[in-house]
Amino acid sequence: MSAPPAIAVTRLNHAFGVGEAERQVLFDVALEIPRGALVVLMGASGSGKTTLLTLLGCLREVQQGSVRVLGTELNDASEQVMVALRRRFGFIFQAHNLHESLTALQNVRMGLDVHGPAPGADDAAAHVLRLLGLGERLDYKPRRLSGGQKQRVAVARALVGNPEVVFADEPTAALDKESGFEVVALLRRLAKQRGTTTLMVTHDTRILDLADRIIVMEDGRVKEGG
Amino acid sequence: MTAALTQILAHLLGRLPIGWLQLIHKPGRFAAAVAGVAFANLLVLMQLGFLGALTGSIALPYRALEADILIQSSDANTLQDGSPLPRARMLEALAVPGVASATTVHVGRLDWRQPNGSNVNLDVLGINPGMPSLRLPEVEAARPLLAVGSFALVDRTTRGLDPVLRARLEAGGTQRFEANGHGVTVTGTFSIGGGFGADGYLVVSDQTFLRLFRNRSPGAPNLVLLRATPGEDIAALVGRIHAALPTGDVMVRSVMEAAAADTTFQTTRRPVGIIFGFGVAIGVLVGGIIVYQVLSTDVADHIREYATFKAMGYGRGTFLSIVLEEAMILALAGVVPGALAAAALYAGISAITGLPLALEAPRLASVFVGTVLLCLLSGTVATRRLARADPAELF
Repeated sequence: MSAPPAIAVTRLNHAFGVGEAERQVLFDVALEIPRGALVVLMGASGSGKTTLLTLLGCLREVQQGSVRVLGTELNDASEQVMVALRRRFGFIFQAHNLHESLTALQNVRMGLDVHGPAPGADDAAAHVLRLLGLGERLDYKPRRLSGGQKQRVAVARALVGNPEVVFADEPTAALDKESGFEVVALLRRLAKQRGTTTLMVTHDTRILDLADRIIVMEDGRVKEGG
Repeated sequence: MTAALTQILAHLLGRLPIGWLQLIHKPGRFAAAVAGVAFANLLVLMQLGFLGALTGSIALPYRALEADILIQSSDANTLQDGSPLPRARMLEALAVPGVASATTVHVGRLDWRQPNGSNVNLDVLGINPGMPSLRLPEVEAARPLLAVGSFALVDRTTRGLDPVLRARLEAGGTQRFEANGHGVTVTGTFSIGGGFGADGYLVVSDQTFLRLFRNRSPGAPNLVLLRATPGEDIAALVGRIHAALPTGDVMVRSVMEAAAADTTFQTTRRPVGIIFGFGVAIGVLVGGIIVYQVLSTDVADHIREYATFKAMGYGRGTFLSIVLEEAMILALAGVVPGALAAAALYAGISAITGLPLALEAPRLASVFVGTVLLCLLSGTVATRRLARADPAELF
């Protein structure tokens, strides 16, 4: 028997609003992503891919259907279960969402400290930042970093805790071609070395070659690749 | 400096001191917040100082009375405001076993125009010079002199007392003055301490008192002072005296009881006490609002960062502890300048008014504890805004 898939979704429906204003955004979605895969989620804006990402990432409650992430059913999961699962994820947001009061190193440490205080946290955070070419910027606050540098700090923050699943929303949007490719290559390397599963929303066709699978969504349904 | 503090806080908290880092990231706002807390502290400390001076100055004359038990007219709220009572009560009380001695004091209010032309308002105590009435060595020593003529002693801490006159009196000189058509010679000084009522005290013999206050009668003093025989249970004796006296027109209380009742009356029933109590409440309110404003603005400013932390798996407790960390820092940073400013103002006001203002450790400690509690409360209320940090909206 093989391990359960990282993500398994069946018959997932989701709607926003109530009554007259109710608008369904996901229709009977089903997909399965094995551990260690790097999957790209594509689709026009409004196709429901961001909603799907927030549902899988335990940031939104499942209304109808089954979503199993890392073997845990999310439909009817308690807040505690969701929070505990989120600690096993890494999130990379479209906007970097770094804390402006914290240095690059401190921002990355936040990704580690969620697992509790650990000796050598600073060293681990510095190591990941160096891997991403920010060894000279450890004590810089976000204000003094360029857009690309900020995005790389955000990537470091997502990866420093050795997440089992990485959710990324347009992680390369703020990066030039070279560093965008570099970030995705790093994600891919992690996927292969550590078995990290990566689900990435992107419009960036330059990096599709690196994906194991491409899922295309259209009007709330999985069009191909599910 | 800040780096060292960051290290210390990180060690204390066992995590990154995010609250501290957020505060020092905006130094201007941080300074304004600390100034606000310091100002609220100053406000509360000043009002408590006045309140303390009020209660302190109320107790001073009671402490000077050479008595265990005090009989006053039943309408008396303070030492000065009661109706005269029949002297017969003293004789009736003397008949009660356990009462060792008794004497009377007449109390009146007098405006004294000093040699330098300024007026002071004095509480005049007319004592029986044949009996010890006041625990003041200077008054005790002067009793024989008071008995033989129109002599008086003045409180040297009287507010507005002519400094030249005071110097002369303390050097052994005298000062004659006339009031209500009667001449009196001030021959010396003593010290009880000023309050919120009159500017000071003047001690004369009962005979002199009756010449200064022609409408008062020797048979109707204001106070009867009783000494108990040594070893007597004062509370039981008060009960026996009370039973022995005709009901209705007088109150019999131990001196301590009377002082406590006076304090309660002046702090809760008279405007001056209520105003200071109200001032304390306003200070607390101002401090609470300032801290709440600072912290809730801070939470609102960082709602996106907190949402990100939520997405990363941080729980509610983390955010509460960040905001409470900020609240604690504001409380600690505000209390020091607040207390220093209060100490300076205490010294200044004390020098000008003669009021017993002192920054006592218990008061400072309670204001500090109150500041911390208030900051923590404000911080807890401010975290309610955190519910709006929805990580799902970050994508």
